[in-house]
Amino acid sequence: MIKFFLMVNKQGQTRLSKYYEHVDINKRTLLETEVIKSCLSRSNEQCSFIEYKDFKLIYRQYAALFIVVGVNDTENEMAIYEFIHNFVEVLDEYFSRVEPIDELPKICSALEPQQACFSPDSSSFKGAASTTPIY
Amino acid sequence: MSDIVEKTLTALPGLFLQNQPGGGPAAAKASFSSRLGSLVRGITALTSKHEEEKLIQQELSSLKATVSAPTTTLKMMKECMVRLIYCEMLGYDASFGYIHAIKLAQQGNLLEKRVGYLAVSLFLHESHELLLLLVNTVVKDLQSTNLVEVCMALTVVSQIFPREMIPAVLPLIEDKLQHSKEIVRRKAVLALYKFHLIAPNQVQHIHIKFRKALCDRDVGVMAASLHIYLRMIKENSSGYKDLTGSFVTILKQVVGGKLPVEFNYHSVPAPWLQIQLLRILGLLGKDDQRTSELMYDVLDESLRRAELNHNVTYAILFECVHTVYSIYPKSELLEKAAKCIGKFVLSPKINLKYLGLKALTYVIQQDPTLALQHQMTIIECLDHLDPIIKRETLELLYRITNAQNITVIVQKMLEYLHQSKEEYVIVNLVGKIAELAEKYAPDNAWFIQTMNAVFSVGGDVMHPDIPNNFLRLLAEGFDDETEDQQLRLYAVQSYLTLLDMENVFYPQRFLQVMSWVLGEYSYLLDKEMPEEVIAKLYKLLMNDSVSSETKAWLIAAVTKLTSQAHSSNTVERLIHEFTISLDTCMRQHAFELKHLHENVELMKSLLPVDRSCEDLVVDASLSFLDGFVAEGLSQGAAPYKPHHQRQEEKLSQEKVLNFEPYGLSFSSSGFTGRQSPAGISLGSDVSGNSAETGLKETNSLKLEGIKKLWGKEGYLPKKESKTGDESGALPVPQESIMENVDQAITKKDQSQVLTQSKEEKEKQLLASSLFVGLGSESTINLLGKADTVSHKFRRKSKVKEAKSGETTSTHNMTCSSFSSLSNVAYEDDYYSNTLHDTGDKELKKFSLSSELLDSESLTELPLVEKFSYCSLSTPSLFANNNMEIFHPPQSTAASVAKESSLASSFLEETTEYMHSNAMEVCNNETISVSSYKIWKDDCLLMVWSVTNKSGLELKSADLEIFPAENFKVTEQPGCCLPVMEAESTKSFQYSVQIEKPFTEGNLTGFISYHMMDTHSAQLEFSVNLSLLDFIRPLKISSDDFGKLWLSFANDVKQNVKMSESQAALPSALKTLQQKLRLHIIEIIGNEGLLACQLLPSIPCLLHCRVHADILALWFRSSCSTLPDYLLYQCQKVMEGS
Repeated sequence: MIKFFLMVNKQGQTRLSKYYEHVDINKRTLLETEVIKSCLSRSNEQCSFIEYKDFKLIYRQYAALFIVVGVNDTENEMAIYEFIHNFVEVLDEYFSRVEPIDELPKICSALEPQQACFSPDSSSFKGAASTTPIY
Repeated sequence: MSDIVEKTLTALPGLFLQNQPGGGPAAAKASFSSRLGSLVRGITALTSKHEEEKLIQQELSSLKATVSAPTTTLKMMKECMVRLIYCEMLGYDASFGYIHAIKLAQQGNLLEKRVGYLAVSLFLHESHELLLLLVNTVVKDLQSTNLVEVCMALTVVSQIFPREMIPAVLPLIEDKLQHSKEIVRRKAVLALYKFHLIAPNQVQHIHIKFRKALCDRDVGVMAASLHIYLRMIKENSSGYKDLTGSFVTILKQVVGGKLPVEFNYHSVPAPWLQIQLLRILGLLGKDDQRTSELMYDVLDESLRRAELNHNVTYAILFECVHTVYSIYPKSELLEKAAKCIGKFVLSPKINLKYLGLKALTYVIQQDPTLALQHQMTIIECLDHLDPIIKRETLELLYRITNAQNITVIVQKMLEYLHQSKEEYVIVNLVGKIAELAEKYAPDNAWFIQTMNAVFSVGGDVMHPDIPNNFLRLLAEGFDDETEDQQLRLYAVQSYLTLLDMENVFYPQRFLQVMSWVLGEYSYLLDKEMPEEVIAKLYKLLMNDSVSSETKAWLIAAVTKLTSQAHSSNTVERLIHEFTISLDTCMRQHAFELKHLHENVELMKSLLPVDRSCEDLVVDASLSFLDGFVAEGLSQGAAPYKPHHQRQEEKLSQEKVLNFEPYGLSFSSSGFTGRQSPAGISLGSDVSGNSAETGLKETNSLKLEGIKKLWGKEGYLPKKESKTGDESGALPVPQESIMENVDQAITKKDQSQVLTQSKEEKEKQLLASSLFVGLGSESTINLLGKADTVSHKFRRKSKVKEAKSGETTSTHNMTCSSFSSLSNVAYEDDYYSNTLHDTGDKELKKFSLSSELLDSESLTELPLVEKFSYCSLSTPSLFANNNMEIFHPPQSTAASVAKESSLASSFLEETTEYMHSNAMEVCNNETISVSSYKIWKDDCLLMVWSVTNKSGLELKSADLEIFPAENFKVTEQPGCCLPVMEAESTKSFQYSVQIEKPFTEGNLTGFISYHMMDTHSAQLEFSVNLSLLDFIRPLKISSDDFGKLWLSFANDVKQNVKMSESQAALPSALKTLQQKLRLHIIEIIGNEGLLACQLLPSIPCLLHCRVHADILALWFRSSCSTLPDYLLYQCQKVMEGS
């Protein structure tokens, strides 16, 4: 089960968040701060999966933008890892007519939240990744 | 989703003029010029969190103004909503916009609706109250002909929907499963999945439809249904075995590339769908050979196909391996899977290595040899730079630990533990180490040292089970006694060494463990004297960094050791210092120690060496304290009041303005209301020998305890000092028990009590040390415990109290059995007899307690009376003692003996009492019987005067009264006359007690006599008794009235119309006084206070208030039915006259 989906930049600012389980708004900020801190502390030689409290974080870095997904321990980490990439590819496809791919992080930081939010919903459901392609 | 967006775009081009945000790809750039765009850019440009906050607060306040302005159009609202979503996403509260989001979803056109729905799904959660407002919109949109609207509604349902509203949309969604558009079907399945998650039983009936969805020609719908199946199979795999074939076929098709190309991800066909299917197969094939056989082929195929070097194929492989090892094993597949794992583990890619380790961890339980193959890799991973990899490796090692490798593995774990900072990891790992150490410990020294490490690192975050289990292990030991002793000795020695070290900080839990072990097992030491150990503990006690909980453990240990030590200055110093401690708990422990220290013999028997595992019999009723309590009470000590009662008193004290006539007694009413049934249930309890008396006492207690609120001048804030004294005199529950125990112990003459209390004492020590270890709430626990115990103890004591000097417990026993027996018998009787049972527990209680008291000798009366005197001038509840032990009034008794004249002369002597006129109840030619009632203060005296009209002498005239259900009739002496002279009158007296309130009852009896000629005759008669015959005025003061009023639970209010003659309050009250024998306490303006009691002594209070010609009556009583009966009588009186 996916618990939350975050897009955070290197400065630790949340660009997009989507929670699949209700988290109190005050706790969200705290959680996001901790999550990005643990992601930023990782080097390239270390694996993309982190244990955080009783769930796992799977993160992928695109230039200055981190995409972090929190899952519980029933999830296949690698599948989620690839799911993140799938999502990014979809975003890329969707916005490619506007910006070239190397500026993707910039788009993501600026993209309309409602679209970015709809997108993960259609390819995942209630925290369960599915294969349904967006395009 | 995109096709919806595109449809929206094409269908509604008019909506997307200008710079619409969310208008699709083309609008993204344009949005930069929108207000959201500028907000986003503004925030991105900022560097500090503080500036961001400022900007967003500014934005939010302008948004707040806009959304609440009536001129805001829906289009603007949509724009605002998008910005609100963004703000909330950044962690700022935008709750003011929630309702507007719902409104937007309700009212907007397509695009606005979509934003509204999106905002709702992001803002609200499932239990949010506003969500109910959305239901109607959803229902409307589900019925819409517009596909987009239907899709939006389905989407929002699958995200958030209130559980209780599912039935409202369920049929609509079910219909959508047959929809011609696959996207609608897919979304409908997802919505049903959601329902299955939140309310599985509501969608049970559509399971068959899920099967249809599984076979849907559209891949999307089928994939969506897999979510439901995975879930259902997880819960109950046996119900879906028949679907195995379908799942296998689907997987075959997917693996074989039969799906449309757009499902490919990096040329891997539908990888997430494959993973989902593999999981389902794994669950289905678990421990089931036949089902597993069906899937061998497809698993083989999957393993073979997924050889492409791409991350997502690794994900599939991992799942494959997992499935292969979950289902019934097939060697060929296992071999391939093992190879796969090897490839993972050896991979230079860190993520793959992680995956490999994870797979290995899972697999290793089935096949430990696989670990041997990869042992070098595992060792490498143990020293890997990445802590996550290390962690995973430790997890793996944990699974393969055995008696041989335990030392090394635990060593590695401890190393990791020392580096780790994260609490969750520590808790987890510490638990594992402790588990392993207990299971496989090679020797004592290692075990103790490992546990020491666990305690010092795990500290106070670890699970409380760990120290508890450790202590239990030490205490209970193994099979070998010498081995156990060595282990204990080693533990003691190691702790003493640890404590010797200077400036080392140990976690509280560790100190608690140490103190317990030292307290219990220091005797195993040969050379070191208990004094030295005490000195060490004392040093810890004086340390400020030690928590008070730990100090309780420490002092408990000192107490245990003191009994072994010959004499110790340290102990005295400790007592001296802690008896004045500000911490109540510590003070209590110190006092215990002090008292025990004074009596070494007792202490030794109380705290025997090495007996921590022996079972103790708990005398929860604390009966051995009864004597002490009785003594204390007789010396004027305030009786113990339970916590809630004190609370209640405090509440009533705190009240500043009192608008109710006697203050609200909500809490007290609840209290008595609860109390009565509890008394009944306790009554038949074994230990409930004094439950009834205890309850009775509760009532009288309350009279004392309740603060005077109401008096002549209205509310009385004075007299505070008095109540203050009272509450001050209330013993602190814990201390009082302990001191009571101690003092009870010192009573040497009570040998039986002594033995009991020894056990009790030890129990309490043990309990305190055990409960203290239960975590932070232990103090509460302890207090709560003490509270209940002392409550019982208080109750119990009442028996003794009533028995005053009688201390022999045998007597006690007989009494208790008597009362419980009588109680049971009474109860049976009671329920069988009364069909219209109104449950008058109060009365029952009284009669029971009076029975109990009845069994006591009259010599005890003075004390009893003293107690009743204590309870102010209110009707003493003990007074019923007098009622039952019937004292025939001397005057009447005398007159009976001698009287030969007519009834009138007899009545002369009883003029002090009210009486009715004589009434003939029956007659024949020989005799006539007339009766009259004498309303004595303490009972109703029925007098039947029998006149012998004949000229003959009657022999053995006898009057008998049939037993009646509501009355208790007691015969007075002289009721059987051997001879009745001619033309004489004899009086027979019977005192009648009421057993439960009623309106009217009949008392029947007969008179039998023998004529001279031995002809025997019998004559029946009956008299009517009304409740009023048993009502007596209750003469109390206004103050007491106020107090009593608060203590009564049962109240009845009613307005009665007064007849003209009594329109004024005084006259109305006078009527009541005359007719009902109510006592008028006071008349204040248009209010009047009256009181009466139902014999033997159930008080009932009446408050009257006059409005025009309406009299508002308000009864209160401790008896639940009495007010009703009285009200009835009042009405009769008021309307009748």
